[in-house]
Amino acid sequence: MIDGAPPMIALRDVRIAYGAGIRTTVAVERATFAVAAGEFVALVGPSGCGKSTLLKAIAGLVPVTSGELIVDGTAVRGVPERVGMVFQNDALLPWKTVRENVRLPLALRGLGREEADAEVRRLLAIVQLEGFESFYPRALSGGMRKRVALARALAYDPATFLMDEPFGPLDALTRMRIGREFLAIWERVGKSVVFVTHDVEEAIALADRVLVMSARPGRIKAEYAIDLPRPRDYEEIRFAPRFHELQREIWHALTGETALSETVDAS
Amino acid sequence: MTAAPQSKASLWIGRLVVGVVLLGAWEFTSGRFYNDFWISRPSAILARVGDLAASGDLWFNLQTTLEETLLGLAIGIVGGTAFGVALASSGRFSGWIYPYVMALYSLPKVALAPLFVVWFGIALPSKVAMVTSLVIFVAFYNAYEGVRNIDPDLLDMMKTYRANRAATLSWVVLPSIAVWVLTSIRLGIGLALIGSVIAELVGANRGIGYYITKSAGTLDTTGIFAGLFVIMIVAIALEAIVSAGERRLLRYR
Repeated sequence: MIDGAPPMIALRDVRIAYGAGIRTTVAVERATFAVAAGEFVALVGPSGCGKSTLLKAIAGLVPVTSGELIVDGTAVRGVPERVGMVFQNDALLPWKTVRENVRLPLALRGLGREEADAEVRRLLAIVQLEGFESFYPRALSGGMRKRVALARALAYDPATFLMDEPFGPLDALTRMRIGREFLAIWERVGKSVVFVTHDVEEAIALADRVLVMSARPGRIKAEYAIDLPRPRDYEEIRFAPRFHELQREIWHALTGETALSETVDAS
Repeated sequence: MTAAPQSKASLWIGRLVVGVVLLGAWEFTSGRFYNDFWISRPSAILARVGDLAASGDLWFNLQTTLEETLLGLAIGIVGGTAFGVALASSGRFSGWIYPYVMALYSLPKVALAPLFVVWFGIALPSKVAMVTSLVIFVAFYNAYEGVRNIDPDLLDMMKTYRANRAATLSWVVLPSIAVWVLTSIRLGIGLALIGSVIAELVGANRGIGYYITKSAGTLDTTGIFAGLFVIMIVAIALEAIVSAGERRLLRYR
């Protein structure tokens, strides 16, 4: 974190509610936090706690009911510039090849064909997908589709990555591998990241800071600075004593919450 | 529902057998158990189609009907799809306009045929109007439903890339509804042929529908069936073209 520099993302008392009258559902309540430029923040919480909604609000896809949401110095109204979202289910275009999918943000920016193709080749090399340019997403494994989605987000060259359980549907081994690759890429490009996950270990291994959200309506109930050294070995770091301490603390914060909400539900 | 897998050869042999049996029964019984005046017979119908082809009447009438059918189909599909996409993406307007489209759809379009003759005369335009009026609703509904079934994540994704409407249309909306539009065309072929023939029945001096009415006027059942046979062949041919297009368009699946 860089002290004194303005944060890349700043939320103050953000409240997000759906519907109206007695059928109002409050997804997020009084969310206040900031993400510095180049900082990696993970958002963990129980299912349905509004963490994805919060992410979509930062991406400008969901309107904020009240409070202040500032991205890159400007209050969010519509989709902010230079914010790249990676969706849980890839959101690849099934009718476009890998090459065309990655070229999408470049084409939208009006980049010429040749220039764009060269950039696509460079990005596919970063995510280790050379040779798959003319495949359709359907023919790829879950992990490969994830890497295409990452390459596409990189093509957009955002100042901030917003990632909504991006490795969610993958099997454990693939998840590990893609996590390691992503960490390596991030440590090179050094962009701000808000990373939503329900996987505490993943959050600790990746992030500079972990925010724990409560059950719905989601509030930020705890915050942990992850003081593990960088660059990290995505797998080995999990055996460090400090990792386990953090893991225990964050799990306690989470499960305490779950137990509480269960008793509330039962009453 | 699921049948045991069968080879292509056995499928086609089976189809051939069914066809031969049905046509053979028709040919055999007609004139033996009842007067062949009522439903003619396959050999006579084929012979008639042959005669018509030789005299040039077939091409003359077929060309007219094809023009009406294809022109009306094209206008109906393009217009209906464009309208469906526009309305489905228009937010609150869609709620205002939709019931009126529904009301128009419920009109028996066949009853409009005389009206189209009054408006456009008995030449090509009134026939095309008839065909279009049948096809356009199918295209509209398919496009409308298609747009509402687009994966919302894909639209969100385009938004996060700050894509404009034109880009979203060409990268996401049109490819998403391609399947629906193909269905429109499939259903539209049948409707378009119905439309052109009906319009010709109401008032025309050429076309397959005209030939059918003329045959009916002289109690020439063979002529009626010959006209129907030609319509059927046209429908099969158009359907085959759409299937070929579909295989190309949906290669990614």
